[in-house]
Amino acid sequence: MSQFLEISGLCARIDADGQEKQILRGVDLTIPPGEVHAIMGPNGCGKSTLSYVLAGREDYEVTAGSVTFKGQDLLAMEPEERAAAGLFLAFQSPIELPGVNNANFLRTAVNAVRRARGLEELDAVAFLKMAREAAKSLSMAPDMLKRNVNVGFSGGEKKRNEVLQMTLLQPSFAILDETDSGLDVDALRIVAEGVNRLRSPDFSALVITHHQKLLDYLVPDRIHVMAKGRIILSGGPELAKRIDQEGYTKFLAEAA
Amino acid sequence: MPAVTETREAVEKLGQSTYKWGFETDIQMDLAPKGLNEDIVRLISARKNEPEWLLEWRLTAFRKWQSMKEPTWAKVSYPPIDYQDAHYYAAPRKKEGPKSLDEVDPELLKTYEKLGIPLHEQALLAGVELPEGETARPPVAVDAVFDSVSVVTTFRKTLEEAGVIFCPISEAVQEHPELVRKYLGSVVPVADNFYAALNSAVFTDGSFVYVPKGVRCPMELSTYFRINARNTGQFERTLIVVEDGASVSYLEGCTAPMRDENQLHAAVVELVAMEDASIKYSTVQNWYPGDSEGRGGIYNFVTKRGACRGARSKISWTQVETGSAITWKYPSCILQGDGSVGEFYSVAVTNNCQQADTGTKMIHIGRNTRSTIIAKTISAGRSDSTYRGLVRVQPKASGARNFTQCDSLLIGDECGAHTVPYIESRNMAARIEHEATTSKISEDQLFYCRQRGLSEEDAVGLIVNGFCRDVLKELPMEFAVEAQKLLQISLEGSVG
Repeated sequence: MSQFLEISGLCARIDADGQEKQILRGVDLTIPPGEVHAIMGPNGCGKSTLSYVLAGREDYEVTAGSVTFKGQDLLAMEPEERAAAGLFLAFQSPIELPGVNNANFLRTAVNAVRRARGLEELDAVAFLKMAREAAKSLSMAPDMLKRNVNVGFSGGEKKRNEVLQMTLLQPSFAILDETDSGLDVDALRIVAEGVNRLRSPDFSALVITHHQKLLDYLVPDRIHVMAKGRIILSGGPELAKRIDQEGYTKFLAEAA
Repeated sequence: MPAVTETREAVEKLGQSTYKWGFETDIQMDLAPKGLNEDIVRLISARKNEPEWLLEWRLTAFRKWQSMKEPTWAKVSYPPIDYQDAHYYAAPRKKEGPKSLDEVDPELLKTYEKLGIPLHEQALLAGVELPEGETARPPVAVDAVFDSVSVVTTFRKTLEEAGVIFCPISEAVQEHPELVRKYLGSVVPVADNFYAALNSAVFTDGSFVYVPKGVRCPMELSTYFRINARNTGQFERTLIVVEDGASVSYLEGCTAPMRDENQLHAAVVELVAMEDASIKYSTVQNWYPGDSEGRGGIYNFVTKRGACRGARSKISWTQVETGSAITWKYPSCILQGDGSVGEFYSVAVTNNCQQADTGTKMIHIGRNTRSTIIAKTISAGRSDSTYRGLVRVQPKASGARNFTQCDSLLIGDECGAHTVPYIESRNMAARIEHEATTSKISEDQLFYCRQRGLSEEDAVGLIVNGFCRDVLKELPMEFAVEAQKLLQISLEGSVG
């Protein structure tokens, strides 16, 4: 019986200015259904690359390894098929779409995913009602739905908008790539509550973060430390506290 | 070798499948012999039963045209056109002009039905046959022009009661000769340019609109052009005159069958706005653009110009240009009346091998005249698109203001976008602003949309519609929806 998400021996590289750069060097990671896992690690260790590879960004070339998601070969799927299957990536730097109304974008996305999942599409009225409620629960100003996607949003507004999208798309597996960075304490709590509301036996998440603070609110089931393209250490929530106090250097030395 | 042929056909189908208006209608035609000379001009005039002055007017245009050269300054290229190798008159054969829809050739009506053009005013008036989920829409009066002849004009009674004249121009020549004679060629003179002169010599039909003093036209007016016959050019002439304090909103749409030869379309549109009058002219241009290898498609060489003759008059051009193999078109405003306003909102999309050279001219003559130009250019495939615009401020146009914004969006790396703005200011007090941007749809944007579940093509459609929003919102509601769909269809297969 395969696990919910199973990554094994995953290697990936990127072509940066004509030079091949190996970033992931054999990632092994298993996330059971209903669990929240966190990945921590120094800058440049491959955390964001892992999230992009899982979401299907084409710039990265997978050179070895496999990923199964709910029994399917994730790496063989198009990005939109992964989204339909339930994978969601909250971007570290959400992208701006000039002229594209946020509500319209959200509704198009929600209906695309609903269609692919064999659900009925939502009409404008039903959708707006749902979107307004979700926005309110994240303490977002009502006009955020009318503005253009991420255009002129503050850093905090962009991150909340990501959580809003996640709430509406109802994924079964979410990757949060430094969703806490650039947030003040209040915003951090609101975003964390947004994630916690989704928690259920059918929802798993992979949280990439540098800070203990977010993990205080989210309370992950497992913590993984990543370095040089590999998971070098895994443990319970107490691991995050040790990293916070002692820094990465000590762990890296131990692992080496 | 059947396999090879089959493959070729399959590939051809792929290239063309995106143009869904490419069918042909089998209708009995009345065709003039190929070629262009004074006799043909006389024949057209005689078929139309025209008065002597109009024949003379045509002949003047024809003689001037003979001495003129095809313009070559636009950034478009095509093999030389043999003007003698086309029919200059093609009309669906009929006994008398149709008095009602019942008398129109059913094949013709079927064609318009396929195009989704609402000719059945009765049904519309009664509010029946509405597609699911749509509420009753305000009616739109339609003049349908098939090849060179207007086949039917709807809602004429309602319009007459309001005092609005909306009819084929050939009919206006008969019924309202004084109006036609007064205004025809008053904005675009017979020898204005090569194509306008050609049109003046051989134009066969088009729409005529007259809105009397103080009348707001009670409904949108619309003309739908369809080229059907082979080896014919289409030369329609539209004249819209709006008197003091009156207003009208006019829509124009067009399609043609898919053919591997090129067909010429050289129209002239003249608008006249008197004191406090306003004209809104919207176009969704969707002539057949040719296949993915650049075979076939319409040459669209069009002269459109509006004169703001009265004080505080306003002319607004909105165009969505997705079709044609070549587009050569510069809807312009002559801002003569003090405080008059000219606007130009444009989206031009080119894909595959299409070429577009389009823009506007704003000529500021009166004091405190204002103009706004928003031009969005989208290029994909191996296409080439140019914005070419002129803002001219005459010495007496004190307080004149212009704002121009030209944005180009590139899809892929084999297409081109060019911006050629000309600014001529002869008045020190004029204020002229110009902004321009060029961007590409980024991989980041596409990936972001796809991660949210959108297919690549839906993502491109969404991003392009966002890019064009400032222009699309100027279109009347129904047209805006059509235009959005059209943008997406035009760009199908342009990524990935």
